[in-house]
Amino acid sequence: MEIPFTVAERPDTGLNNGKIGIWLFLASEVMLFGALFASYLMLRIGATVWPRGDTILNVPLATVNTIVLISSSVTMVMAWASLKRNDFGKFRLFQGLTILAGLCFLGIKYVEYSAKFHHGLLPSKNTFLAIYFTLTGLHGLHVIGGMVVNGYLWGPGAKLWKTDPEHFTNRVENSGLFWHFVDLVWIFLFPILYLL
Amino acid sequence: MATLETAPAHEAEHEHAGHEHLGFWRQYVFSTDHKVIGIQYAMTGLLFLFFGFCLMMLMRWQLAYPGRALPLIGKLFGEDRMPGGSMLPEFYNQLGAMHGTIMVFMGVVPLAVGGFGNFVLPLQIGAPDMAFPKINMASYWSYFLGGMTMLASFFVPGGAAQSGWTSYAPLSVIAGQGQTMWLFGMIFLITSSLLGSINFIVTTIQLRANGLSFFRLPFFVWAQLVTSFLLLLAFPPLEAAGVMQLMDRLAGSSFFMPSGLVVSGQHVAYTGGGNPLLWQHLFWFLAHPEVYVLILPAFGIVAEVIANNTRKPLWGYKIMVYSLWFLGFMSFIVWAHHMFFTGMGTTMATFFQTTTMIISIPSVVILSALFLSLWGGSIRFNTPMLFALAFLPMFGIGGLTGLPLGLSAADIPLHDTYYVIGHFHYVVAPGTIFALFAGVYHWFPKATGRKMSERLGKLHFWPSLIFINGIFMPMFILGLAGVSRRLYDGGASYDFAKPVLHWNVFMSFSAWGLALAQIPFFINFFLSIKRGEKVGDNPWEATTLEWAAPSPPPHGNFTTAPAAYRGPYEYSVPGHPADFTPQFLSAQQQATS
Repeated sequence: MEIPFTVAERPDTGLNNGKIGIWLFLASEVMLFGALFASYLMLRIGATVWPRGDTILNVPLATVNTIVLISSSVTMVMAWASLKRNDFGKFRLFQGLTILAGLCFLGIKYVEYSAKFHHGLLPSKNTFLAIYFTLTGLHGLHVIGGMVVNGYLWGPGAKLWKTDPEHFTNRVENSGLFWHFVDLVWIFLFPILYLL
Repeated sequence: MATLETAPAHEAEHEHAGHEHLGFWRQYVFSTDHKVIGIQYAMTGLLFLFFGFCLMMLMRWQLAYPGRALPLIGKLFGEDRMPGGSMLPEFYNQLGAMHGTIMVFMGVVPLAVGGFGNFVLPLQIGAPDMAFPKINMASYWSYFLGGMTMLASFFVPGGAAQSGWTSYAPLSVIAGQGQTMWLFGMIFLITSSLLGSINFIVTTIQLRANGLSFFRLPFFVWAQLVTSFLLLLAFPPLEAAGVMQLMDRLAGSSFFMPSGLVVSGQHVAYTGGGNPLLWQHLFWFLAHPEVYVLILPAFGIVAEVIANNTRKPLWGYKIMVYSLWFLGFMSFIVWAHHMFFTGMGTTMATFFQTTTMIISIPSVVILSALFLSLWGGSIRFNTPMLFALAFLPMFGIGGLTGLPLGLSAADIPLHDTYYVIGHFHYVVAPGTIFALFAGVYHWFPKATGRKMSERLGKLHFWPSLIFINGIFMPMFILGLAGVSRRLYDGGASYDFAKPVLHWNVFMSFSAWGLALAQIPFFINFFLSIKRGEKVGDNPWEATTLEWAAPSPPPHGNFTTAPAAYRGPYEYSVPGHPADFTPQFLSAQQQATS
């Protein structure tokens, strides 16, 4: 038994199943982070004192991280485009770079976190740090999730390229959409937490 | 109408599917077949409904006879719950919180959406399975883990969550370990509903059979589709709130902890600066759409059963569909009518009471359309139809008693009284649960190939209808007299409550009577699996696509690729000899049959 439209597009919707699925998933992710951003607003408006992010957090490191993550979105697109051009070797290269960029992001995040822990700046200290750790922590989990999927598609999942290249390309596209979303969330997080 | 190549060449596929032999575990336990998953969901949901009902029956003893030792079984609960057989307040609170949580998140929704949605929806749109069968399986097992986490929380030190199903902060933040289990359980349940809802939406959009355009979809499919959007978009904010409450509890943050909070005469060890109302906003942002998650699938089931048993098309099918979407949209902007007491100010209160009055319109439209569908029909009073017919006035009572609660001025005397409990139980218990029973009786022949007994069905229906009203109708009396909900002694410590408290005994006996009335259902359900009257593909002479599949449908569902040639409810078409014209018969097939 085969499920229709896993690879081919349905003529009247112009989409395959996975594409709709990933967009719906992203819609729910928007609601998840949207709720946290809304909570941030409500807490900040209700607070008597609210620290500016740059007095507590490390802006230069976060700027580097922003660049790293945006670059990884570029390599992610290149990986997908390489598959579209039928160049599997290039895909391996760019997908590998995307994963490395993710690792680099997490490494820098680790340095930031351990500095905070070292100075006793914990979520229990104030609500600013609480929302900082919650938002960046949840975002970090999303980065890890994206890397697991990207890593799978780079390694064992790439077998599908030999049997069904179109299906494999769609998978890379969908995981790429998720990766761009993770990137986008960071682009909102960075100014809200570090700069404003 | 564009014709589409939806289902692949199925006949050849089917031969193959017939020979495919899966082991016991893959076929019945870790199955990816939507029908097996649907039945797993339905059975687990029914068990949780029964378990949640048992919790309530224990509470009803305490409410009828506050402090009196429960005979026979009371001592089995142990000294830290019911010393000497009489209930501790902490245990009462656990029962209350877990009754609500279990009924809503682990009983009704999994049965209505996970069970009926999974089993019926792909069949009704002529699909071989859900769009993502493995994700579908993951959805069930995530639900199962969530349920087990909730059950296990009864056995941690301090017992299960006891801050109500709403888990209001700051009480829930300073509560015992059971609350942490509750939050982890909820995260599993939210993941489950996320996976399920994505699957439902994609399946409905992509896997419709040839010729099944959107306005030929059965109303049940529409209801499940809108429900899935609600689940998809409303649950994540609760997940966010759950994460924040976990942070408060485990990392000591103060998202929901205000400055200077004093508990039992001592300052709590939180830095403060948080906002307890934030929890309420995030909770109700989920929980109001959740109300419609509870009711929309019920509308869907009732619409199917009514169209089938009046032998008439649904009255105003398109208007009903538009109302569904409007209802789904509006349900996101009414949440604060649960919070009129939080001092939000008259401007906000006016906004939310206005949206609340507006949202009642599409509900009334749907209910009225269902009533009008009865007009002039030659009604078959079989068991599913009886439950569906009872749904209409019961949901009507639930809906109409909700109007005073939606107006901020009228809400003041009624807020958090038994009136509220009566109101939403009328919507969910004799409303949704009756619709779910209608669905069980209606689709049982499709799932098993056998009918349930009509005699036992009626023996189930009539006592249930009487007893369930015996439970909930007096709640309005108590509520109007001002008796608060969630009181351990049922209000016995308040003088003003004394004249109405005798109703508590009446309600409790009704509840126990309702339990007895379920015995015919259990007997009927299990006996009919083996001994029920054997039926063919279409025992109810229905028109929608699920009745084109064999009963029970094999793996892959249909023996030939189904197609839809007309709208979903072509009953009693003038000039046709039969009083039903199925969607799946072409004009030639119709002529030769």
